[in-house]
Amino acid sequence: MSTHLTGGFTDAPTQSARAFRTVLEALARPGQIGTLAGATPPAPLSPAAGALLLTLADQTTPVYLAPLHDTAEIRGWITFHTGAPFVTPEEAVFALGHWAELPLSRLSAGTAEYPDRAASVIVETDALAPANARLTGPGIATQTTARLPETAFFQSNRSLFPLGLDFYFTCGDQVLGLPRSTRVEAL
Amino acid sequence: MYVAVKGGERAIEAAHDWLAEERRGNPEVPELSIAQIREQMALAVNRVMAEGSLYDPDLAALAIKQARGDLIEAVFLIRAYRTTLPRFGGSVPVETDKMALIRRISATFKDAPGGQVLGPTFDYTHRLLDFKLMAEGAASQAQTRDAAPEPAPHILQLLDRDGLMEPQPRHDSTPPDLTRAPLELPATRPLRLQALTRGDEGFVLSMAYSTQRGYGRTHAFVGELRIGTVAVEMDIPELGFAVEIGEVELTECETVNQFTGSKTEPPQFTRGYGLVFGQSERKAISMSLVDRALRWKELGEEDTGAPAQDEEFVLYHCDNIQATGFLEHIKLPHYVDFQSELELIRRLRAEAQATAAHQEAAE
Amino acid sequence: MNAPHHDPDYNFAYLDEQTKRMIRRAILKGIAVPGYQVPFASREMPMPYGWGTGGVQVTAACLVPEDRLKVIDQGADDTTNAVSIRRFFQRTAGVEATEKTTEASVIQTRHRIPETPLTEGQILVYQVPIPEPLRFLEPRESETRRMHALADYGLMHVKLYEDIARHGAIATSYAYPVEVEGRYVMDPSPIPKFDNPKLGGNPAIQLFGAGREQRIYALPPYTAVRSLDFEDYPFEPSKANHDCDLCGASGSYLDEVITDDQGSRMFVCSDTDYCETRRNAGHRGRLSPEEAR
Repeated sequence: MSTHLTGGFTDAPTQSARAFRTVLEALARPGQIGTLAGATPPAPLSPAAGALLLTLADQTTPVYLAPLHDTAEIRGWITFHTGAPFVTPEEAVFALGHWAELPLSRLSAGTAEYPDRAASVIVETDALAPANARLTGPGIATQTTARLPETAFFQSNRSLFPLGLDFYFTCGDQVLGLPRSTRVEAL
Repeated sequence: MYVAVKGGERAIEAAHDWLAEERRGNPEVPELSIAQIREQMALAVNRVMAEGSLYDPDLAALAIKQARGDLIEAVFLIRAYRTTLPRFGGSVPVETDKMALIRRISATFKDAPGGQVLGPTFDYTHRLLDFKLMAEGAASQAQTRDAAPEPAPHILQLLDRDGLMEPQPRHDSTPPDLTRAPLELPATRPLRLQALTRGDEGFVLSMAYSTQRGYGRTHAFVGELRIGTVAVEMDIPELGFAVEIGEVELTECETVNQFTGSKTEPPQFTRGYGLVFGQSERKAISMSLVDRALRWKELGEEDTGAPAQDEEFVLYHCDNIQATGFLEHIKLPHYVDFQSELELIRRLRAEAQATAAHQEAAE
Repeated sequence: MNAPHHDPDYNFAYLDEQTKRMIRRAILKGIAVPGYQVPFASREMPMPYGWGTGGVQVTAACLVPEDRLKVIDQGADDTTNAVSIRRFFQRTAGVEATEKTTEASVIQTRHRIPETPLTEGQILVYQVPIPEPLRFLEPRESETRRMHALADYGLMHVKLYEDIARHGAIATSYAYPVEVEGRYVMDPSPIPKFDNPKLGGNPAIQLFGAGREQRIYALPPYTAVRSLDFEDYPFEPSKANHDCDLCGASGSYLDEVITDDQGSRMFVCSDTDYCETRRNAGHRGRLSPEEAR
């Protein structure tokens, strides 16, 4: 049996509700790690990234897959479970891949009148610890820390505010959110 | 006890029971059936389907019964039900020139291929109360004849052939859907037409009327008004062709509008378009007038500041479900805000009086 | 106590999954850009526009079966619209309801922020009638959108300044505009300005839903929120200059209740849970029954 038929939510209404709450808390509290269970997508797509797509993606949200994730199995799985079309980075509502592979400058950062039309980026990582960056901004009481692939990009992303990209870092079944509003410094 | 505005659960239940009792009215009078409403209140059913954006005469009749004849309330019931329905896909465009006509008139030509068909109209009836209808069982039978064998093409096509009509290139792109995407301005013509066809009949009528009285005048003639049924077909990808899934009754109106030309367009006739579920000709004509008025920018016409030319004004205010909800919400308790206003007014008054007293003392 | 179940005739929390996904995406963009109004394809709900359809859709998109939901209108759990919305979710989502602010994980509100400070893990959902703070200064959406894009809020400052010139004070007592994180001017919904200081630095997530106007916006926890004012006319939250006649609270927002046709009145907490919790803890006010004192 083809693998793309399995690995979705078994009870979509409640599982996606719980997954959304985790995602909401993650983005609303940058640096705080949440657990996203329930999806078993084909490798190398992580369970957390899979759950994110099952919760948020559908026919109306084009997806860009970076090369290592652009496999027939992953495409088949995403198509079967969400119906999301695959597109170039410029048209993507969701972009997914490893940091080094993501064409960040080609993703939409939104427009001055519609900053919500910015892409959301799902970054697959090997680890969410130890921390190497200090975060401040909305969602953070004073300051917090996180492990990020670099700091310079996030500083320039912040300088675009209210435009900019929003990030979800995934690792296994864990997720960490980093909205465009967060200020990032190297530790 | 402090319970002034606190109705709570029991009050709500009692109110709903009372409503149900009032809906039935005097139980000695026979209860209306859905079929009776559907067959004998057909124009009300049509309006509910048109403004409810759902073609289902039985459900519209049910909504009218449940709403005690309040048509906006019935539209609301249909809209709320419609939202919960799964969307299987879009139909292919309906072919209104292949309509099985029950009515078809043109004000711009004395006769045309296919002929003028008056159909079941109130036109030329003398509006005298017909007391015979107070008695039951007086069914009347209209004369019949065989269906017109000749085709009835769109009358405006005839003008089109002479190059006098503005060209109307065919679009096969999927039109936007304001029930699935938030309204964004400026809107495209298909989106405006969708808003108008489900807009409140009274609002669209008044807007159209205002253009006739000079607020954005468009010199409209009814080029053609046609009412009838059309087949609805859907492409089935598995089959590779379209199959008929049912038929709907529609009213279509095309106006011919005199147009002396602008900086960008040559003198020609232009058109306004109206298409509405069911036999809804007042609505279809109104819609085509408002459509034409809203096209001023694309035709290079002058913005006279008329309400019917103002896309934002028309589109944001034509929906009676939005309008009635917001209007009626001021029935809800607002005492927290009112208290805040009370404090403010008391304070401003006290300060004003203190200032006045201070000035008097100083004088 | 048996856990309630949702009515199997409806999807969990009423809305279909595609609609919830669309609303969830809008909420997340709202979180990412605090104070910016995200357009969303608001659905027709089985209650009228203007009666909380925006809040209801946001709540529906957020609820999980384990939630405890509190619904208030004017600060009270037992006002008719609050009862109606609470019943809707008990039926369609099967969630437990509570009147206790401290026990609720999701609170839907109209016109008030609870007196009891909120905590991390809670979500406060506001019902919003007119989300656009500039709407009554500029009726055109195309214009106000441009003003937000350019952060051009001169019109708002002129309006507030004219108030001061004419009345000696800013004549806005509710829906008092705020500036979020130094960028967007936002309508906090028609809460009394007394509640404005609770908007900023709040540990809870605050979500705002305007159904008819098709907008969702958000304040993440601990967001910087400033009520608009001038250096020489600083913002002042205000309330009736009384204590609660039932629980004696001096710092809570009060309803003024007319008790007879001679002009007698009493003042009581608008937050019914706050007042009751205080009374249960033995606090008494001017008009508390004798035996209770």
